[in-house]
Amino acid sequence: MSSNKLDLYTTKPRGRISNFLFTSLCFLATMTCVLMLLVLIWNIIIQGKGWLSWDFIERLPSRFPHKAGIKTALYGSIWLIGLTALFSVPLGVGAAVYLEEYAPKNRWRKLIQLNISNLAGVPSIVYGILGLGLFVRALAFDRSVLSGALTLTLVVLPIIILASQEALRSVPDSIRRSAYALGATRWQTVWYQVLPASLPGIMTGVILALSRALGEAAPLIVVGAMAYVPFVPESLSDEFTSLPIQIFNWTARPQEEFHHLAAAGILVLLILLVSMNAIAVFVRHKYGKKIRW
Amino acid sequence: MELSEAAAIKLPRSTSLERGDGLLVRLRPVYEGLIHFSLFVCASISVLVTVGIVVVLLYESVQFFFDVSIIEFLTGTRWAPLLKPQHFGILPLMCGTILVAGGAAFVAVPIGLGTAIYLSEYASPRFRDVVKPMLEILAGIPSVVYGYLAVVFVSPIIRYVFPSAGVFNAASACIVVGIMILPMIISLSEDILQSVPLSLRGAAFALGANKFEVTVRVVVPAALSGIIASFLLAISRAIGETMAVTLAAGATPKLTLNPLESIQTMTAYIVQVSQGDTPTGTVEYRTIFAVGLTLFISTMTMNILAQYILSRVGEKYE
Repeated sequence: MSSNKLDLYTTKPRGRISNFLFTSLCFLATMTCVLMLLVLIWNIIIQGKGWLSWDFIERLPSRFPHKAGIKTALYGSIWLIGLTALFSVPLGVGAAVYLEEYAPKNRWRKLIQLNISNLAGVPSIVYGILGLGLFVRALAFDRSVLSGALTLTLVVLPIIILASQEALRSVPDSIRRSAYALGATRWQTVWYQVLPASLPGIMTGVILALSRALGEAAPLIVVGAMAYVPFVPESLSDEFTSLPIQIFNWTARPQEEFHHLAAAGILVLLILLVSMNAIAVFVRHKYGKKIRW
Repeated sequence: MELSEAAAIKLPRSTSLERGDGLLVRLRPVYEGLIHFSLFVCASISVLVTVGIVVVLLYESVQFFFDVSIIEFLTGTRWAPLLKPQHFGILPLMCGTILVAGGAAFVAVPIGLGTAIYLSEYASPRFRDVVKPMLEILAGIPSVVYGYLAVVFVSPIIRYVFPSAGVFNAASACIVVGIMILPMIISLSEDILQSVPLSLRGAAFALGANKFEVTVRVVVPAALSGIIASFLLAISRAIGETMAVTLAAGATPKLTLNPLESIQTMTAYIVQVSQGDTPTGTVEYRTIFAVGLTLFISTMTMNILAQYILSRVGEKYE
């Protein structure tokens, strides 16, 4: 609802200059944002494109830039994302269903709600510290893929809960009432009516949350992802590295060649992220329209 | 609403209606209860996470403060826990964090607010449909990528303009963190600007105000508290930002406000220690938790403040 609809735009002589100046400044700010995005992405492509190849994806890390690849980092990231999805989706959606469909609207619910929105604003590195204290030390999972994935689960949980709640809230009450009227129990109503109807929204939220997890490096470093892991993780207790951490390590080196490697790694990461987002858009587009109330 | 258009209301299979005294039907209260309980557990985990954060941070920090006096921690001007002699004054880390967050706000606030105003008040719907997804891309780029850009792209430019700047400098961190928090400021502020009722704009136009006056004197002031809340959230995000700052700003805890120097933030320090092999239970190891606690308290305070402001924004127009 912008004021364009009112179309009361006046061009009185008074204040025409300030009007013009202000509009141009605001437009300039917008263009700065767009231009920055283009320059940043262009820069990465220029730096990394010569180094990106199938070999690069299949090689192990190495001290020599021309022999280095991202195999272990890529597999590490896949492990982490898979496990994180396994833990965070049931937990997150379950919590959202409880809050929206079951919880009595009292003070406790308000408190939990407030708590979740605050958790969404906690810096991810603090989750890393929690993971270090809880999973790595107290539960003695050590610097394993499992510790990493559990930590990432905590990072994305608030995002999944908030997105799922939003999706559940968009299902109109008439659906629930008609199910109850047919004699369905609460869980039957949720499982057969409300969840299918809100699935596109929930899926979109989950995919966005997981793409956040895919790009996250800070908590993993605190939990103890290694700089150099010559093996692909094969079990939950193996050491791991991930794409963002590999990129971080390459960027931190002074040699120019490693910066090109980092750029190539970033391209792989961005391609993964873009495809995940494309899936989210596709899901929203394809299934979002099917249900109309 | 036609029936065919309604969401497919199919009956749940065999258990749909109370039929006879099948086992499933008799057990229904039991599994309904079990499901209710397990969903409740899922929701409680969010509370447990918060408790976990506080307990873990406090538990190790308290032990830290047995070794280091809290007064030295809060007022000391040297931070060197990994060197001998050790110094545990957090002020240099605080200073670095404030420098980066302040610099990022300096970059992001004017551009962000300008963009939000343009998108909300001036842009055509078609222009918005193009620009908003682009800003979402900006928001989806991982922070380690911004770190890379700071080192490879921004820092050389800064050193070209200011030859006295070091390879690692706070300015490049400020710029990339500023770009990182831009989308957050834009989308939150734009939402708030859009929520200013049309009647307010119409009234101002009716009084003979022009577009500029309506925007600057009516719409923005009406949305001001919400806009400030969006700034607070973005700054809190900048304080907690880690990878870009670690890569760009270096690792020299220093009490300086000169953006051309290398500094260290609280988050960058935590990364630095985590990368090394600091044995559990030593004072050095516990510094992570003490610094983490300080970080957690500062971001949490800003978030709660921002949310308090935001929760009051909606009430105004009702």
